[in-house]
Amino acid sequence: MGATMLLDALTLQLGYNATLVAIGAALLGIAAGASGTFLFLRKRALVSDAISHSTLPGVGLAFLVMTAFGGDGRHLVGLLLGASLTAALGLWAMHALTRHTRLAEDAAIGAVLSVFFGFGVVLLTVIQTVSVGRPAGLEDFLLGATAGMLYQDAVLIAVAGALAVLVVWALRRPMTLVAFDAGFASAAGVNVRRVDLAMMGLVLAVTIIGLKVVGLVLIVALLIIPPVTARFWSNRSDRVVGIAGVFGGVSGFVGAAISATAPALPTGPIIVLTAFALFAVSMLFAPGRGVLAAWLRHRRQQRRIHLRQGLLAIAQDLPIYERYTLQLLVRAGLARADGVPTELGRRRAEKACRDESRWAVARRMHSHESAVSRYDGLLPIEDVFTRDEIREIDRQIAESGGGCA
Amino acid sequence: MAGEFVMLSLVPILIGVLAAVACALPGNFLVLRRQALIGDAISHVVLPGIVVGFLLSGTVSSWAMMAGAAGAAVVAVLLIELIRRLGRIEPGAAMGVAFTALFAFGVLLLEQSDTSSVHLDVQHALYGNLESLIWVEAKGWNSLFDPVALAGLPPELGRIAIVALVMLLFTLVFWRPLKISTFDEDFARVLGMRTNLIGFGLVIMAAIAAVAAFDAVGSIIVIAMFICPPAAARLMTNRLETQVLWSVAFAVFSAVMGYVLAGYGPLWLGGDDAVSAAGMIATVSGLVLGLAALYGPHRKCRGAPTDR
Repeated sequence: MGATMLLDALTLQLGYNATLVAIGAALLGIAAGASGTFLFLRKRALVSDAISHSTLPGVGLAFLVMTAFGGDGRHLVGLLLGASLTAALGLWAMHALTRHTRLAEDAAIGAVLSVFFGFGVVLLTVIQTVSVGRPAGLEDFLLGATAGMLYQDAVLIAVAGALAVLVVWALRRPMTLVAFDAGFASAAGVNVRRVDLAMMGLVLAVTIIGLKVVGLVLIVALLIIPPVTARFWSNRSDRVVGIAGVFGGVSGFVGAAISATAPALPTGPIIVLTAFALFAVSMLFAPGRGVLAAWLRHRRQQRRIHLRQGLLAIAQDLPIYERYTLQLLVRAGLARADGVPTELGRRRAEKACRDESRWAVARRMHSHESAVSRYDGLLPIEDVFTRDEIREIDRQIAESGGGCA
Repeated sequence: MAGEFVMLSLVPILIGVLAAVACALPGNFLVLRRQALIGDAISHVVLPGIVVGFLLSGTVSSWAMMAGAAGAAVVAVLLIELIRRLGRIEPGAAMGVAFTALFAFGVLLLEQSDTSSVHLDVQHALYGNLESLIWVEAKGWNSLFDPVALAGLPPELGRIAIVALVMLLFTLVFWRPLKISTFDEDFARVLGMRTNLIGFGLVIMAAIAAVAAFDAVGSIIVIAMFICPPAAARLMTNRLETQVLWSVAFAVFSAVMGYVLAGYGPLWLGGDDAVSAAGMIATVSGLVLGLAALYGPHRKCRGAPTDR
């Protein structure tokens, strides 16, 4: 059943609600990935952890208030309103702690998240005793639960997710500017405080929307992992925002679809693990910043240095002891296995040696100072100097009676 | 009345106090080093650790689970370091990636494996069950001198007592290197101290405290006690010695007050059932921090401006 059912889920054929949830999760992922990027670029990724944990007391309070007034304590809009109230309070408390005391931001984050969450747990136990026999189902907010979600709740999540995506789109320019260089943004006339506030508001909104799908313990993953993943693929902040949105959307969609295929696959963790899989693949294989690319770059550089040193050794008639160097020379057809250079090897060695002394002369000439500073021991001299300049250098070498070794 | 107190409340209060102190001691240095959220990360990854420990050993033996949790903590620290180095990512984000992924893995593992027969679930991991650690054999204060009754003490008490003692010894023995490397890492290096080793040792100690405290009281208290008492203490004084003493005092106060309020508060208000002690202890520690932030004598930054 697994494969066909997964295919059904991915192609949105698993029933109306599952489809709606998958779309909602995808929109949520896009909004979370994009808005999380601004937090990440501002090096405040874990602020979202404090926000998400401080939603719990709000959920509990809203439930108590709604039941006290005789309503249905599980009304989603009411619960989410309560959640956003205490989340805003938590954000304010964190802000106050860092602004008005000498505590660092990480301590403020940890204090707010543990205290608000602890108080939320106290409220949950109160609710357990108040609503005897009627399970409140508020534990779903810890890890998210989409199974058996009401139709209107799924619509609410999808619409709110779409709205959050629109807001990110509308605010992308000022937020990118502030995230990238707050000082410059301020000088350019952007109100940094207001943009920061909007950014926090957006993160808060994403957290609230994600409560029911991903749960408050793991929603922070959707705000952190896609931006970190996207960072491997680009150095341009506007692109990172877009890529993070795509990664977040894919994680949300695929995760929700996989989770819909079996009851023992909880939505939140599956979405997070999907995002993590994308992260792991990107960290290893992304071109440019990926681990594999860096390793290949390192190996190439190593090969070039070995070849260069080998050629210089040939030019000075020194024996080559380093096995790797010899291997490379043989493979390039520059030397025989016993270390004796070939004709081509001799010519290349002579040139390498000549270039070395050319660089030595160029280093003494003040007019070439900036060009010489680019020399890393491997740069071909023809890439830096014109033919006339090289001729002038050769003239000086001949004059001083120098030459190659 | 006394018998009931000794049987129902004495052991949980003692465990709460010891767990709070065990976390608050290394917490002082973590807060000063801006590594406060290490405790947050470790307490999240404890969940996959205990699940793996349970699956491998097939029993709910506490030792297997604690070994799993300790292993998971080490894995998490290494994973964070790996992501930070290989990906060149700032520590906060690297931590966020690692601990959420590991926690998600733990939840998935828990859902996939048949643990319905044993008491092992996410709620338990988060809130702990301090209230259930009662001393059945106790008849009254005299039981403290009765070897038969003492043998019936919950094993969590012994474990957390040992760990609290280890934390105390660690803090005392390595006081000088910890203090110097926390405030001036370059100076510590000039003196010939292995600052990397000190930093790693501190994180390992924090992990041990987190795992042991988690076993008894759940992860909320762990995070709260790592951060709130030391942070509040930081606002009371400029001297590290005094700060550590304040933090221990705050930790003990939070644990006792939290437990008493959770157990007896609802009765005073006319309710019949107690509320979560773990949550209440965290709440009280937050109130302490709030008061310190409003009225602490050293709440503001004075002297030379920092880089912040």
